[in-house]
Amino acid sequence: MKSAREIVSFIGGAALRAWRSLRDVGTWSPLLVGQMRRLGVDSIPIALFIAVFTGIVLALLSSYIFTGTVPNYFVGALVGKTIMLELGPVLTGMALAGRVGANIAAEIGTMKVTEQVDALETLAYDPGSYLVVPRVLAATVMFPVVTALAIGVGVLTGWFTAINLLDLTTLEFVKGLRMFYQFKDLWFGLIKAASFGLVVALTGCLRGLATQNGAEGVGRETTRAVVIGCEAILALDAFWALVLL
Amino acid sequence: MIRFDNLHKRFGAKVVLDGFSLDVPDGATTVLIGASGSGKSVILKHIVGLLQPDAGGVDVDGRRVDALDTEELVALRRQIGYVFQSAALFDSMTLAENVRMGLARQQLPESEVASRTADALAHVGLSDAAGRYPAEVSGGMRKRAGIARAIALRPRYILWDEPTSGLDPVTSATMDRLMRRTAAELGTTSLVVTHDMRSAFAVGDRIAMLHEGRVRAVGTGEAMRATSDPVVRQFIEGRPE
Repeated sequence: MKSAREIVSFIGGAALRAWRSLRDVGTWSPLLVGQMRRLGVDSIPIALFIAVFTGIVLALLSSYIFTGTVPNYFVGALVGKTIMLELGPVLTGMALAGRVGANIAAEIGTMKVTEQVDALETLAYDPGSYLVVPRVLAATVMFPVVTALAIGVGVLTGWFTAINLLDLTTLEFVKGLRMFYQFKDLWFGLIKAASFGLVVALTGCLRGLATQNGAEGVGRETTRAVVIGCEAILALDAFWALVLL
Repeated sequence: MIRFDNLHKRFGAKVVLDGFSLDVPDGATTVLIGASGSGKSVILKHIVGLLQPDAGGVDVDGRRVDALDTEELVALRRQIGYVFQSAALFDSMTLAENVRMGLARQQLPESEVASRTADALAHVGLSDAAGRYPAEVSGGMRKRAGIARAIALRPRYILWDEPTSGLDPVTSATMDRLMRRTAAELGTTSLVVTHDMRSAFAVGDRIAMLHEGRVRAVGTGEAMRATSDPVVRQFIEGRPE
C-alpha cells in the first residue's frame, strides 16, 4: 500500500515531467501537423461511415417513436439533438479510441521493445516531448474536428432519410431541427470530443511506454489502451453531462 | 573515466548486479564479458541514466550519474555514443535521417550536420545506402548504421552492446575491425559488452568478466587467457561443464 506521500510525490513528478515536455516546443512542434493528419484526417472516413448509419437509424427510430403521438417534424429535433449532444461525440470517440488508441500504443510499444525509446533518450531527446506531446495535442485538437464533420454528416443523412422514407419535407425537418437547438448543443459535444481525444491519446502513449516483453507485450498493451480509452470515454461522457448540462 | 562503484541492481526478486565495481580508463577499449542474461546491458544503461541503481553508482568524469539533474544528464548523453544490440534504428526514417537525429539536437549549422552525417556513413561504408530504410537493409548494415549514428556525435565515450551478436563470422570480423578503427581514429574510450570471445580478444585492451553480479576477473587478453580461475576458463573456452 503506497503512502499518501508517495502518491503525492508520484503525481508531482508526473506533472513536472509533463510540464518539462510541454515547454520543449522545439522538439514537438515540427511533429504536430504530421500527427494531426495521421490521427485526425486519416480517421475521417471511419467517423463518417459511422455517422451515415447513425443518422439513418436515428431518423427511422424517431419516426417509429413519434408516429401517432407527436408531430413528425420532431424527427428533426431528435436527430439533431441526439447527434450533437451524444451520439456524434461518443460514437466517434469510441471508433477513434480503437483506431487512434491502438495505433499509438502499438507504435510506441514497438519502439519501446526494440529499444528505439532508449535510443531517443541516449540521443538527448525527451520521449515525452518527442512521442507523447505531439500525439496528445494532435488528438485533442482533431477529435472535435472529426466529430464536427460526423455531426454534420449524421444530420444530413437523417434529413435525407426523413425526406425520402418518412414523408417529411425539408421544411418540416429543419423546423424540428431548429425548434430545440441551442448553441450549447454544439460546443458541449465538441468539448466532450476534445476531452476524449486527450484521454485516448494519453492512454495510448502511456500504455505504449509501459510495454515490456516483445510482441506479446505490444499486443497486451494495445488491447489495454483501447479498453481503457473506451471506458474513459464513457466515464467522461457522464462527467460532462453532470457538470455542463 | 567511467567508474562503477559497488553497483547493485535487482529486478523483482532477481538480483542482477551485486556490488559491481570496475574502472574504465580513458583512451582504451575495455571489454566486459559474461553469460547471456548476466546483466551486461544493464550495466551500460546505468552509464547513460536509462536505469537507476538500487545502491552504489556510476561516475563519469567524476560525476555521479544518478545525481545529475535533467539538463546535466542531457549534457552527459551528448558525450556518449550508444550502439545498441538491435541497432535500435528509427524504422520510419532512412539511415541518413537516423544519423541526423542526434546531430539535430546539437544546434549545428545545416552544412555541418550534412557533412557529419555523410562522414559517419562513409566511416561505416554505408554512403550508398543513406536513403534506404532499416527494413530494406541487412542486419549487419543496420548495426553499422547504429554505429554511424553514435559516432556522428563525436562522443568521448562509445558503449557497444553486443556489437557482433547475430552476425556471421566474416561480418563479425569486419565489425571488430570497424570498432578498432573507430577507437583509433576518433580517440574514444570504449566499453564493449559481449559474450563473443573471439571479438573480445580482438578489440579489448582490457577484459573484465561479470559473474553473479560482480567482476570475477579483469586483465589484458593475455592475462585472461592464462588465468587459472576455473569459472573464467570455462567461459573463455566455452565448455558446458
